[in-house]
Amino acid sequence: MAEESGKIDPMHQFEVQTIADLFRIGDVQIAFTNSALWMCATVIVLWLFMLGGMKRAAVPGRWQMMVENFTGFVDGMLRDSAGKAGRTYLPYVFSLFMFILFGNLLGLLPLGLFGLHPFTFTSHFTITGVLAIMSFAIVLIVGFFKHGLHFFSLFIPSGTPKPMMPLIFLIELISFLFRPFSLGLRLFVAMIAGHILLKVLAGFVINTTNAGAVTGALIGIPSFALMIAVSALEVLVACIQAYVFALLTSLYINDAEHLH
Amino acid sequence: MDPEAAKLIGAGLAAIGAGLAAIGVGNVFGSFLESALRNPGAADSQQGRLFIGFAAAELLGLLAFVVAMILIFVA
Repeated sequence: MAEESGKIDPMHQFEVQTIADLFRIGDVQIAFTNSALWMCATVIVLWLFMLGGMKRAAVPGRWQMMVENFTGFVDGMLRDSAGKAGRTYLPYVFSLFMFILFGNLLGLLPLGLFGLHPFTFTSHFTITGVLAIMSFAIVLIVGFFKHGLHFFSLFIPSGTPKPMMPLIFLIELISFLFRPFSLGLRLFVAMIAGHILLKVLAGFVINTTNAGAVTGALIGIPSFALMIAVSALEVLVACIQAYVFALLTSLYINDAEHLH
Repeated sequence: MDPEAAKLIGAGLAAIGAGLAAIGVGNVFGSFLESALRNPGAADSQQGRLFIGFAAAELLGLLAFVVAMILIFVA
């Protein structure tokens, strides 16, 4: 892969690098990595963002309006998809949404100009997978706690003819079990694809400019213009993916709360 | 055929899937816009469903990308 795009390796940005080696459990290295660093940075930025908006002023300022817009947005989404019972899960879905959104956006910051290398932790299946498993575990725990074994009726839509039941049950069960995979996969692949595209285009710009002024002007400048457009698209994708993750989580919670 | 070449051809063929997913995603938003212009009052309440359809269509396109990545880096 490295040879095809000259000196720029588009996969290098996803490498997890050890910053501080902590300890070992058996043969497994437990270390503070750049992934962990960017997760900490995301949490700190998110914390500062929320802190600035939680003044509870009667007449909200700009910052408080911004934070209230976010909480109102997630609250409305939960109410639309999971009804009144969804309110209980607002803290979880809100933290999930904001964490993914801020992680996606921080990974897009052009900090490379200052020598810092942004790392998008949502572009790793280990992280999105754990987030998806958390959502899935909540669905399972709430479903079985509230409905007991009646929860299995989720897999048989009402009005299914008797002879079809085993087949429908099997299909619904498989599609239910596929949920955490599709939830985690969607986020991490969407982030990886966009970042690779940006780095490949950046490789075009640098390689063609190094090759000479004519190729630089013919290929480099259009590629650079395309990079700007793709960056704008990436900001949109970062927001949409965070929204879709939170939306699907609240839909699954609705399944657990109300069955069908 | 050289296995390395076959891998790269397979990864390139997987890009067809990404193009087909583009048709799917365009179809989702296109149909939404079409019906939203007919009945703008009902459009806002259907935004959740719009993004569910978008997520489903997009996932299948992203799977094509995963296939390409597996062919290049794993297989």
